[in-house]
Amino acid sequence: MANFITSGVKISGLAACVPRKEVSNYDYKWVSAKEREQLVKTIGVEKRRHVEKGTTTSDMCQAAAEALINGMQVDRSQIDLLIFVSQTRDYLIPQTSNILQDKMGLPKTCLSIDVSLGCSGYVYGLAMASGMMNAFNIDKALLLVGDISSLNSAYRDKSTYPLFGDAGTATLLERDKDAPPMHFSLEGDGSGYKAIIIPDGGMRNFLSKKSFDYKKIAPGIYRSPLHVALDGIEVFNFSLREVVPNIKQLLKFSGEELTDFDYVIFHQANKLINDTLRKMLKLPPEKVPLSIGKYGNTSSASIPLTIVSEIQNEVRGRNLKLLLSAFGIGLSWGTASLVLQKPYCPNIVEI
Amino acid sequence: MSITIEDFIKKIEDEFDELEPGKLKPESVFREMFDWNSINALVLIAMVKTEYDVTLNADDLVKSKTVKDVFEIIRSRYKG
Repeated sequence: MANFITSGVKISGLAACVPRKEVSNYDYKWVSAKEREQLVKTIGVEKRRHVEKGTTTSDMCQAAAEALINGMQVDRSQIDLLIFVSQTRDYLIPQTSNILQDKMGLPKTCLSIDVSLGCSGYVYGLAMASGMMNAFNIDKALLLVGDISSLNSAYRDKSTYPLFGDAGTATLLERDKDAPPMHFSLEGDGSGYKAIIIPDGGMRNFLSKKSFDYKKIAPGIYRSPLHVALDGIEVFNFSLREVVPNIKQLLKFSGEELTDFDYVIFHQANKLINDTLRKMLKLPPEKVPLSIGKYGNTSSASIPLTIVSEIQNEVRGRNLKLLLSAFGIGLSWGTASLVLQKPYCPNIVEI
Repeated sequence: MSITIEDFIKKIEDEFDELEPGKLKPESVFREMFDWNSINALVLIAMVKTEYDVTLNADDLVKSKTVKDVFEIIRSRYKG
């Protein structure tokens, strides 16, 4: 069941948090000045944010959620579902969502779960949250989505280090019988699990002394098996193969046209991938906001971060019909079609 | 519709500013023509996908030395 509808659920608040510390790719001394320029031009990342050691994804998500709860004066005791979507949790065990439930003063009756998804996480998260709200009769839910990639990419790996940034987001969902339906199309293909992977430190390749050994993978690419390995060409070709058909499948299912949408928000993979997808769909640049220049690829946080960072005024001012397209690690991908009805959308929080 | 190597070369020149127009020939070796790295490989793959709707993979690029080698792969997969 790749396509489905959830109805009667609206997004009533949307917030994003990034670390204060800004890192520029023009200062990335591991590669030559010429290569730095080429990187910025092609992947489109000028700057991005890195957490200070000790700050976690959940800290950023919590800061974003507090901005919503305080700004909207939400009664914490009424939040009955917390979904934390991330691949960078606080500890290997226990689950982070429970820690957040306690730290944020949410009731013990709040159903709290961790979901391990990366780039596709926001679209999957919206589908799961809205679906569970209907199935379990839940009125208010917090969807916390984000990742820290700065800690697990190797500085001496030019294929990952300049690309990623850190961010956490919070989305408040509420049941409202008048809310327009959300349409989803979700897919995955585990045969590509090695395309983006941290090989060691999990249960398959448990942490060992060898896990810390750096290896030369290619010129300019040195990393250990505890660092993220990214097969650029594989990910690139996967994105170009799967994303557009998935979008077309969703539009066929929902009976909508691409021109019906105010904006199409892609996961911020890199500028080359995003521009190529945009051209394949024949969309003008002004319909496809990019935040990758300022924040890099922020994994699961990239779609909500792009909305808050690039179209905040319009989100506040009028109803917006959005097409969200997320794709990456897993491999896992999906599209969502929804209407934002002026949710509370505070300025980006810095931590 | 048939595709020509001259047109392919023109498209490569348009994509890569560092290439002097007219210098690239069918027998030119990518690695010798300019700073051939993984990013440029992605730029080439993106251009070929957008312009010809043909997917090149990592293997194709490892096996190909010259502009003509890549062009032959594109031609064999091009559907018009």
